[in-house]
Amino acid sequence: MATTAISQTPSFSETFFSSLYKVENGERFRTCLQCGSCSGVCPFGYLMDYPPGRMIAGLRADEFNLVMETDTVWMCVSCYACAQICPSKIPITAGLMTRTKEELLLAGNVPSELQSALENSQRYGNPMGESPRKRADWILGIEPQVTILGKDRRPVDILWFVGDYPSYHTRVQSVAKSLAKVLNALGVNFGILGPEENSDGDTQRLAGERGLFEMLAEKNGKIFSRYQFDRIITSDPHAYNALKNEYPTLGITYPVQHYTQFLAERIDQLKPLLVKEIQATVTYHDPCYLGRVNGIFTEPRILLEAIPGIKLVEMSHNQTSSLCCGGGGGGMWLDGFQWEKAHARLSEWRVREAVDIGANILAVACPYEPPRFEDAVKTIPQAEQLAVKDIVELLADALG
Amino acid sequence: MNQDIFVAIEHLRGKVSEISYIMLAAAHALAKETGGQVAAIVFGQNAQSITSDFNADKVMYVDHPLLKDFNPEAYQKSMVGIIDEYKPRAVIFGHTTVGMDIVGGISAHLGLPLVSSVRTIEAGSKLISQICGGKIMAECDLPEGTALITLVPGGYKPEQGQAPQSPPLTSITPQQLGDLRISLNQYLEPESGDIDITKEPLLIAVGRGIQTQDNISLAEELAQAMGGEVCASRPVVDQGWLPTSRLVGKSGATVKPKVYLAIGISGAPEHAEAITGSDVIIAINTDPAAPIFNLAKYGTTADLFELIPLLTEQVRNIKG
Amino acid sequence: MNIIVPVKLVPDLVEELSIDSSGVALDTAWLRMIVNEFDDHAIEQAIILKEKTGAHVTIISVNVEGIDDLLFTASAKGADRLIKLTGDVESGVNNHALARGLAAFIKELKPDLILTGVQAHNDLDGSLGPQLAEYLGMPYIGYISGVKADGEKVNVRKEYPGGLIGEMQASLPVLLGIQASEQPPRYVAISKVRQMMKTVSIEEVDLSALDSKGAPVVNRMFQPEATERATMLSENADEAAIQLINIFKELGTL
Repeated sequence: MATTAISQTPSFSETFFSSLYKVENGERFRTCLQCGSCSGVCPFGYLMDYPPGRMIAGLRADEFNLVMETDTVWMCVSCYACAQICPSKIPITAGLMTRTKEELLLAGNVPSELQSALENSQRYGNPMGESPRKRADWILGIEPQVTILGKDRRPVDILWFVGDYPSYHTRVQSVAKSLAKVLNALGVNFGILGPEENSDGDTQRLAGERGLFEMLAEKNGKIFSRYQFDRIITSDPHAYNALKNEYPTLGITYPVQHYTQFLAERIDQLKPLLVKEIQATVTYHDPCYLGRVNGIFTEPRILLEAIPGIKLVEMSHNQTSSLCCGGGGGGMWLDGFQWEKAHARLSEWRVREAVDIGANILAVACPYEPPRFEDAVKTIPQAEQLAVKDIVELLADALG
Repeated sequence: MNQDIFVAIEHLRGKVSEISYIMLAAAHALAKETGGQVAAIVFGQNAQSITSDFNADKVMYVDHPLLKDFNPEAYQKSMVGIIDEYKPRAVIFGHTTVGMDIVGGISAHLGLPLVSSVRTIEAGSKLISQICGGKIMAECDLPEGTALITLVPGGYKPEQGQAPQSPPLTSITPQQLGDLRISLNQYLEPESGDIDITKEPLLIAVGRGIQTQDNISLAEELAQAMGGEVCASRPVVDQGWLPTSRLVGKSGATVKPKVYLAIGISGAPEHAEAITGSDVIIAINTDPAAPIFNLAKYGTTADLFELIPLLTEQVRNIKG
Repeated sequence: MNIIVPVKLVPDLVEELSIDSSGVALDTAWLRMIVNEFDDHAIEQAIILKEKTGAHVTIISVNVEGIDDLLFTASAKGADRLIKLTGDVESGVNNHALARGLAAFIKELKPDLILTGVQAHNDLDGSLGPQLAEYLGMPYIGYISGVKADGEKVNVRKEYPGGLIGEMQASLPVLLGIQASEQPPRYVAISKVRQMMKTVSIEEVDLSALDSKGAPVVNRMFQPEATERATMLSENADEAAIQLINIFKELGTL
């Protein structure tokens, strides 16, 4: 038997490359032109040892092991700017960046901040490590009382998937309360899962923990099947993305809308109720997972324009070119790590844009954003007067 | 068997550990119940003088070169010998890196009952233990026979274990220590920090609640504005976010500042025992059930991420 | 080198703890169990030693709900053998009984090194390690935060207050009570754990006829009275800040 000096087992790069083809549209990796647009548009591309374009080059050169030895892929916030701009329409974010994070995770190369968020998600169903029993504590004081389906087993029209941050984070709970107020004002028949709700798992998936995502999705799927409802709405674009695009691949399929779509459908009913004027120049930040990834741009603007007194202006980066707040892909749980490398936060760039355009209010529609942008406001001297509000908080204010 | 209460005194490099005095105080409380005397058991080499301020009825002292520094094997063998011969009603050990290393082996070797994490002794020889991070208390009767107890700080003040005159000392012949399988190579000093937090009058302490390394700057800015220093509980130091010179707790420093501002710290016993000497503890924690609020004089459940920057700003305004 | 790591689950303190109707035990209705933090460090230290010296690592635990997950996770980290103790031991066991029962079984395995967490927060009759060591005739050192293998002995770092370390040496076999592993317990991807569930099996060993003599009998369990609870300031950050400034002024800090 002839022996060869070269190992016959496929190299890591080869096996990795072939796994990329299995992602939807994955065969497009073969068509990379090495144009560099992805690395250029990537908000942290300048910092990465191997920005997306170079990663693909590394794969082709069978040197991906070099990429695996660096940790700069954890700077990726899964904002989809690269996938958006790629002329060959390569699924860079979902394919390459996520898969690389998965491999790093399997090899145990994961920053400790992220580690605790993942362990907490597994153990408690939320990345903060809070007790699941307290997930619906935010409803206290809301009249009429918010229906928790586990306690009040009645059919509802709408299942509202609240999400981790609106449930537990002290700043973002006000978003949850505001949406409850608006839904009540519209007489919507809705319920929430409360303590039975688990994290949607989408950000954990993009941070490389496919197994954790599947576990959380399965749990949620089981809970959904217990109750009767017509559709799901969510206050979280990441949950929206998961429920709409990822859960069906696991056999969990329900009609789902982001709350901006749901309310925009009912604008004729809602508008007359918006009686209190809010005199402000407002600029809207398109969240990555609502805008760029899922193409929802008009509905949020319809809602804002319905509020009396508001003047809507657009920042220089808007709609598909919107600047990520930095929370995705695990970024929410890698703040220390990313700060060490960059000494700049994406949220600060965005706040500067809002200030430049003369806005009084930066309107958002994703639960990661209020805390991130408010922190950024504190560090930028000219931004002192800038308020950060979720669209639904403004709607709730305008209800009077 | 007599009704005496023995205390396994702990000392480290010539200095008596604070837990020893707390144990002596507890021993008196128990001796009142049993009607016996309090005997301090001291192992060491040329260490007689450390007993000068012990509040004990007597001292039993064993001198041996192998007992100069703590060695679990040597100390356990020596203590087994003493207990077997004198058969006291109870022996109190510290719930520490010294006491806990030997009490379990002694219990197994001599078949003696063992109750751990005891905080106080109450009327009727009832032992009150503190477990589950300080959230649960358990009451047991003093077991029959020679009972072994490990004591945690908090139930008695060290001053109660001190006395102006040294108690009478009897020298006890050392056991045959034989070939030991454990030996001490050397002590390693902690990495020297820039400051000694035990000397600071104002400490701003951060715990798990600070969430990320980067957020520690919030505390540092407040400390700078107020003229204090930053310290931390174990989770923060374990992550490497602050050096061990800043650790406050069982394995770190015990501090007694004028003001101890505890930020995002739950107040678990290992940390609590190191700060009870503070004049005023102020606690910031969003969990109203956090044990720290039982230690603190003032507390708030306001969100530290909102409160600390506000505080820093106002302090800066006042100081101009 | 043959390493054994006894581990256990303890109540998770994230949840509210309450006493059940008997008055002497924790209410298990809402009780969530989590790996004893120090045992988790012991597992990590064992894996680190395996990576450095090629040791064989066995994890042993009492069969309780949720233990399989802990064992498969250890396997995903690199543990070689998983053993679950069944029988009378499942209905609850104190450290005295467990130490006696384990010693008889572990003797057969002839370990060179046993690593276990230095304590657990629900221990009431001392910790497992020192008692187990005594029944096995092994020496014991606790509060260890670093272990280096050196032929027939180990060099260890023992923690003392104030950040002081005692560098000690022990000849094998020895039992060590782990306070902290050299690096924090590593992360294991859930997909890896699930893979272990499909490919690895857990051995079951019956442990009955337990002798729990030596442990205390609990008269009652209760929650500590908040005798001197703090004076609570406003939960609103703006108001609390003003109140705190006033307190600092009163104290002379400002």
